[in-house]
Amino acid sequence: MASNTLPAAKAAGPRRRRASASRRTQTRAAYLFVLPFFLVFAAMLIVPLGYAGYLSLFKSQLIGGLSFAGLANYAEALSDPDFLGGVGRMSLFLLVQVPIMLGVALFLALALDSGRVRGGKALRLLYFMPYAVPGVVATLMWGYLYGRDFGPFAQIFQSLGMGAPDFLSPQSVLGSMMNIVTWEFVGYNMIIMYAALRGIPSELYEAAEIDGASQFRIAWNIKIPAIRPAIILTVIFSIIGTFQLFNEPSLLDSIAPDAITNGFTPNFYAYNLAFVNQDVNYAAAIAFLLGGVIAVISYVVQLQTQRAERKQRKSMP
Amino acid sequence: MTTSTAPLAAPTAVPGTEKPRTSKRQRGMERSTLLTVLLWLCAGYFVLPLFWLLIASTKDNADLFSTFGLWFGNRFALWENLVSVFTVRNGLFLQWVLNTVLYAGLSAVGASVLATTAGYAFAKYRFPGDKLLFSINLGAIMIPLTALALPTYLLFNSAGLTNTPWAVILPSLVSPFGVYLMRVYAADAISDSLIQAARVDGAGEFRIFWQVGFRLLGPGVVTVFLFALVATWNNYFLPLIMLNSSSLYPLTVGLAQQQAASAAGGGAQALFSTVITGSLVSIVPLIIAFLVLQRYWQAGLTTGGVKE
Repeated sequence: MASNTLPAAKAAGPRRRRASASRRTQTRAAYLFVLPFFLVFAAMLIVPLGYAGYLSLFKSQLIGGLSFAGLANYAEALSDPDFLGGVGRMSLFLLVQVPIMLGVALFLALALDSGRVRGGKALRLLYFMPYAVPGVVATLMWGYLYGRDFGPFAQIFQSLGMGAPDFLSPQSVLGSMMNIVTWEFVGYNMIIMYAALRGIPSELYEAAEIDGASQFRIAWNIKIPAIRPAIILTVIFSIIGTFQLFNEPSLLDSIAPDAITNGFTPNFYAYNLAFVNQDVNYAAAIAFLLGGVIAVISYVVQLQTQRAERKQRKSMP
Repeated sequence: MTTSTAPLAAPTAVPGTEKPRTSKRQRGMERSTLLTVLLWLCAGYFVLPLFWLLIASTKDNADLFSTFGLWFGNRFALWENLVSVFTVRNGLFLQWVLNTVLYAGLSAVGASVLATTAGYAFAKYRFPGDKLLFSINLGAIMIPLTALALPTYLLFNSAGLTNTPWAVILPSLVSPFGVYLMRVYAADAISDSLIQAARVDGAGEFRIFWQVGFRLLGPGVVTVFLFALVATWNNYFLPLIMLNSSSLYPLTVGLAQQQAASAAGGGAQALFSTVITGSLVSIVPLIIAFLVLQRYWQAGLTTGGVKE
């Protein structure tokens, strides 16, 4: 990363004194530069986090008000079928939707980077466009498209004399949601990967190209390993995003109330607990647990990739 | 600024701007028809809902339910729909637009200023605790912001801040990813010798940042600004829990509420085309912003995505 900016203060006498004085000014300046960010950071992240932790240790009773409950809320959550159901659903989401989304994004990024596609610049922007669409509007649009009565898919099926598929039944709504999220974020992930691909020095693979290596081999053996950090970044963002899903269930709830349960996603559950059931303490415990789940999974992913990298490095002569 | 540093402040190789990869072009890389067709088909998938939205915005309520969804209806009612979007409930929609611009604009300006100064300091200074602070910041990327929204709501509630614009803006000022991006970007874009030269000329640290550093950080700042803008513009959860009065809503919450109302009340059918046209209006500004600024954010991401 950034090389050291401090002058080597080796010279003796007054020069050293001047160097250390300028060093002090620089340190002070650096603190002043990071101070505003970390002030807001502390107020908006650390304090609420601590407060959520504190709240989660209490229980509100009908009689007697708040009382200290230790880890009782957490124990309750860990055996709460609604919470566990939501976490299970999101784990399924993570295993099915995230690989599809990132796989498509990587394929598109590699295809655009290979320079073999006509209109690559326009395509890049078209893929990216859904990212600029709010999740609320995306869900709303797909909700209409899924509609059984007047959605275009249903219309096409009906005109072919077939029954319209129900995209919003309790069995299919998770898949429909996966499609919405895929639509929203393929382009975003593609752009991150594409940007990383553009940063690879082309000497790295020009020789292979001249030797007649196929684009597929170049992608697999040179390009993908080279952009591994960017790919890891997209994986971690996707994990975080998945467990935070809220807009999609919340909006689909109004058109498919039977399919979306209160605990459809953990985040939707926490919201319902806090603002519908008014059980703030339990909701705080759920939010805290959710953060824990995300941190653990992200950490495991990072650890795993670090190990894989180390192994790769060792195997090299 | 002193004259001697002025020429130095001219953008030396700005990273990420289109690298000359001429060799490929020169050799006349053959284009693949199969790949081109496949990729344009994919584009169809991404465009389809937006195409539907555009078509549906031109239909009146009768056509919306009776004609084929992916083509124009019998009557072209875009203008009527737009009028009704902006006049329904005494022009509340325009208020939502203004609120959204205000919340997203202030949040994005604030977030990019905070992220730029912090990222610059992490890239260009060594100071006690820098590694620790940066790790804390990286760890914070992993905190689900929605999990924070609930305790933040309770804290704001006791401070009397809920149901004010601040309730949406203040939490949106923190962008740990922005700091990360700016650190990576600044490390590349500003050479240490440049800063050293400015110091020798007697420029203070803040002047160096403002007159040397900040100028070279352009694409990075635009990137952080745009992503912070989108994050707040598209945020639904935070304003949903923080705001009560519909005159304070941003577009997302307002549209969702309109949609829920029209889905619930069969009688309020006239609202459907209003919601749809309103959705179209709500996404146009961001798409334009991304198109106009694409050169910058794509350059900004190029360095951000590669490192570490």
